[in-house]
Amino acid sequence: MDIDALGACLTTPACVVTQTTSGLIVGMLLFLVAAGVTLIFGVLKIVNFAHGTFYMLGGYVAYTALGATDSYALAVLSGALSMALFGVVFERALISRVYGSNVLMQLLVCYAVVLIFDDLVKIVWGPEFHAMGMPPAFQVPPLFIAGGVVPPFYAVLIGIAGLIAIVLGLGLSMTRLGKTVRAAAINPQMVSVLGVNTTLLFAIVFAVGGGLAGLAGALAAPVRSLSPGMGFSVLIESFIVTVIGGMGSITGALVSALLIGLVRGFGTIGFPQFTDGLIYVVMIAILLLRPQGLFGRST
Amino acid sequence: MKVGPALRDVAIAVFALIVVLAIPLLHRSPAFEDFVIRLSAMALFATSLNLLVGNTGMVSFGHGMFYGFGAYAFALMMQMTDVSLPIAAVLAVLITTFAALCVGAICVRLGTDYFAFITLAVQMLFYSIIISWQSLTGGDQGLRGGIPRREIFGFELASQLHLYQFCAVVTVLGLLTLRHISVSPFGQTLRMIRDNEHRASFLGIVLWRARLFAFTVAGAFAGLGGVLAALFVSGAYPELADWPNSGQAIFAVMLGGISSFLGPVLGATILLALNDVVTRFTEYHGLVLGSVILAFALGFRRGVLDFIRLAWPGRLR
Repeated sequence: MDIDALGACLTTPACVVTQTTSGLIVGMLLFLVAAGVTLIFGVLKIVNFAHGTFYMLGGYVAYTALGATDSYALAVLSGALSMALFGVVFERALISRVYGSNVLMQLLVCYAVVLIFDDLVKIVWGPEFHAMGMPPAFQVPPLFIAGGVVPPFYAVLIGIAGLIAIVLGLGLSMTRLGKTVRAAAINPQMVSVLGVNTTLLFAIVFAVGGGLAGLAGALAAPVRSLSPGMGFSVLIESFIVTVIGGMGSITGALVSALLIGLVRGFGTIGFPQFTDGLIYVVMIAILLLRPQGLFGRST
Repeated sequence: MKVGPALRDVAIAVFALIVVLAIPLLHRSPAFEDFVIRLSAMALFATSLNLLVGNTGMVSFGHGMFYGFGAYAFALMMQMTDVSLPIAAVLAVLITTFAALCVGAICVRLGTDYFAFITLAVQMLFYSIIISWQSLTGGDQGLRGGIPRREIFGFELASQLHLYQFCAVVTVLGLLTLRHISVSPFGQTLRMIRDNEHRASFLGIVLWRARLFAFTVAGAFAGLGGVLAALFVSGAYPELADWPNSGQAIFAVMLGGISSFLGPVLGATILLALNDVVTRFTEYHGLVLGSVILAFALGFRRGVLDFIRLAWPGRLR
């Protein structure tokens, strides 16, 4: 624990800018994953314990695509699209069989998928760590804001994730599809009776959720290393985000993802040994004060 | 509770204990004894989890926390103080019970999905404390240096045979106690909460209190399993409290059958045997294990003992 260092950091603009940026990166990537978790839970009432696998596979697919095409934009796109497709297959082949059965069954199916794909990744890409490396377009000197270092790639990352947050939020509140999704979250039977193809709708929700996680994995690949099992820590954190924000709430996911990101960003200065623990403490505190989460509706 | 079934349970336990204790007298097999010692810890762990999952309908994904807690509490007490082994074991279980009470007080009021989440998160908090509190727990290296295996009642736990006998006795007694709790009026109350919590509530049962009690008891017996695990590995490692361990316990429960008392024991046996066999042939043991889980979850949709009971209704309890 190093409260002095934290205090010193908070009074220096340079340190504040650097830590805020790294916190925003973590938070925004986390939001992309958690948005999928919360969307899937909101509509399907399924806790997708395999969501970290989408994130991991998205990163690996982007890694391979970058090697093949040499274009980071194409790599990110292929990571996101392949995981959208994988989301549909996963929903149709496995998850659709455990709708309505108890949490235990859903949990086991997801647990099995996590185990299988962690090993498949080991077989295909090897058990060692892979570094994707910064795309050449971003290998430029960093920006300096108030003395703090901000690599341009970080700024782009935050921009893309922010854009997606806006598109997702507007899409859910304004478009016909978004309204149908929200209606299905409240009463799927009624939506089905009104003539909406809910089977298709559920597949779309999984495609969006999987695609977002794949996108996050692909975007994160240049700044984090790839390894089998990397999905799990992201999964746990995105769960925490969903629980803090209120399950089913996209706004809640955004706010709490940024909160967790900032706790991480400044926690590394103040509590370098206990950053993970700090996040769990934040979650337990919020759950004690507001069990339904910050933006959740109490049931 | 009638006297008949209780006596029958005791008779079955005594018989099982005699059989298990007799095997090494007839034929010594280190591999088999090793297996039974590991199984004893896992069986207590999985059966205690089933008190939550099968009896009360509470799916905890963080039960490994108490397994790890028991192991660390016991190992630390043996290393840092010179209390005798049974006292250290009892104290470790008591401390774990208290920890389960505290964690349960936070968790049990939440709905099913939140409950699975938060138990997992509390477990990860505990795990990260173990990793970061290096001066006490040895961090990710685990608690090394061994546990002084002091002699108790003529048992020399450094010898594999005596450890085997000790684990067998503790496990059978532990299982018998859990069985007693599960068939007691309190156990019936838990099943009523599982099947219809509103009706249970109308009948005047305070839901959170019953759930908290079940959670605490389950934590205590997981801690006892952890004590045996610490004895076996002669130390304590963070992996004992990590999430895959909780996943294994859930799978053992599911594999054996959640509505049969001995289901988790059978599940733990199958799972350990499967792990031993698979790791001998391939390093990709997650792939095989995952496929088996999928086959059970989507194919059979229930565990082995539940499956048998459905095939011969009324024959087995």
